[in-house]
Amino acid sequence: MSARSFSITRLPGFGLIALATFVMLYVPIVTLVVFSFNENASMANWGGFSLRWYEAAFNNRQVREVSIRSLWLAVVASGIATVVATMAALATTRTSRFKGQTMIYALINQPLMVPEVVTGVALLIFFAAIRVQTGYGGMGYLVAAHTAFCIPFAYLPIKARLETMDLTLERAAADLYASHWQAFRYVTLPLLVPGIMAGFMLGFVISLDTVVITEFVKAAGQDTLPTYMLGQLRRQVTPEMNAIATLFLALSVFAVTVFFLLSRKRA
Amino acid sequence: MAMQDLSSTARPDGAAPDTPASAVEDSATAERHGWKWLLCAPALTILVLAASGPLLIVLVYSFLTPASFGGVIWEFSTEAWFRVFFSRDIFDPEDVRLNHAHLAIFWRSISLALQTTVICAILGFPTAWFIATRPQHTRAFWLFLITIPFWTNLLIRTFAIQEVIRNQGLINTTLIRLGVIDSPIQMMFTDFAILVGMAYVFLPLMVLPLYAAMDKLDIRLVEAGYDLYASRWQVLRRIILPLVKPGFIAGSILVFIPSIGAFVTPRVLGGGRNLMLGNLIELQFGQGRNWPLGAALAITMLVLVVGALIFYIRYVGREDDGGRRT
Repeated sequence: MSARSFSITRLPGFGLIALATFVMLYVPIVTLVVFSFNENASMANWGGFSLRWYEAAFNNRQVREVSIRSLWLAVVASGIATVVATMAALATTRTSRFKGQTMIYALINQPLMVPEVVTGVALLIFFAAIRVQTGYGGMGYLVAAHTAFCIPFAYLPIKARLETMDLTLERAAADLYASHWQAFRYVTLPLLVPGIMAGFMLGFVISLDTVVITEFVKAAGQDTLPTYMLGQLRRQVTPEMNAIATLFLALSVFAVTVFFLLSRKRA
Repeated sequence: MAMQDLSSTARPDGAAPDTPASAVEDSATAERHGWKWLLCAPALTILVLAASGPLLIVLVYSFLTPASFGGVIWEFSTEAWFRVFFSRDIFDPEDVRLNHAHLAIFWRSISLALQTTVICAILGFPTAWFIATRPQHTRAFWLFLITIPFWTNLLIRTFAIQEVIRNQGLINTTLIRLGVIDSPIQMMFTDFAILVGMAYVFLPLMVLPLYAAMDKLDIRLVEAGYDLYASRWQVLRRIILPLVKPGFIAGSILVFIPSIGAFVTPRVLGGGRNLMLGNLIELQFGQGRNWPLGAALAITMLVLVVGALIFYIRYVGREDDGGRRT
């Protein structure tokens, strides 16, 4: 094929547009990262490599506070979402379809289809009513909102893993007089671990990214890193924001890479 | 939805959902259903309480009377829905006009969402084709380049675009240093900025389903076209485009829906004046202090999105039938 001068897959100009697209996708991100290391505050001139903006970010008490809150929220919400999503995935895959299964799918996927603004407004109204009734004003609202939003993301890789898993091992366990529980505990669960980890990682990334829902649900003093950044972006932007964004970006890329490696692992 | 598409591209060999369920297990399933519901219960409870249920409350609130400092008075009223589309004169309540401010925002949202979809299609189609025609072993690399921005924070990507187009940003400082312009071109806080930002953040949603469709395309059909003396244009127009149409429609819907619902991008890049529907909704819960109106606008947005989804399901369903008939 390559010896031929006429390539059937070539379409004039497509390669050029594609490369331009890749360049356009990465130029803004690279710009953001590069200028986080700029000694000068201005993009107009490069003052040499410097970590001063990272230092400024680390010394900013508010940034530390919102970062810790974001990480805590992501771990808790994704943790709960992963546990309940695993249970739901075990019930809805690899068994015969049962009545109500379509409804369960619809409920699980619903957060993916409704615009975040609408979900945010809905939760604002609902939680405001609960707040008035109970007087509770803690992090529970954010945990509930993030958990619900993470469930579909945690569910999908776990479901995918369950569907590709080899059933013969479980059959063998049953043949060897393992109880349902034993077969699950010693055969299914260990095989499912990569899927569960992938689901957790995805939920973690999604919770870290969620800005709109958090913006509507948070009470005063409950800013997360994204809502803090959203507020800061309306003011004068300093390279300190680039430094924070770069660290955030690195964390997301790391989590996504782990997710990909885990979900590629063969069952 | 986005995720499903991604997982289907990530695993082209994806297992059929209906694989196992052996006949042996069937006899036992009847009594195991209750057990399944029990396993699903925690997830469903959280989803109903913190996702689906509150949507119904939004509908209820859209028919209530606003309280003066936010919140509602429990009194039935259709005023909020009336005010979504119409406005009354302050001095003469009988003087009813179309609410031009709201209609302008609806129009801007729909128009920007459509333009975003077109831009993503123009850039996404060649990109997906480029990836699909790479040698097998390098495809994963190119796909990864598309998926990395897709999974990184939307706010950060919006910030990154801002770094490029703001007055002291990459484009303006570069052009000034090259002596092309004397003073920065104002790009921030315009519809153009929103458009660039949305096309940038939603582009992967177009490329991934298009790639999935192209990956399945039987290249021998293209070859047959050339053997029969078709030009490149004819092959593209008559063979490739019809075959990847489902991917095109899926990508368009996946881009259109978040564009209609966009909130972060217009807020950061559009500034205070260039509102989209999402920002108008937020305004009613902030300074506007009109929760019923905000609720009615949120339902309006939901109807637009569900409408796009139904259009997609119907249209793609019909396409499949057409395929079978010919």
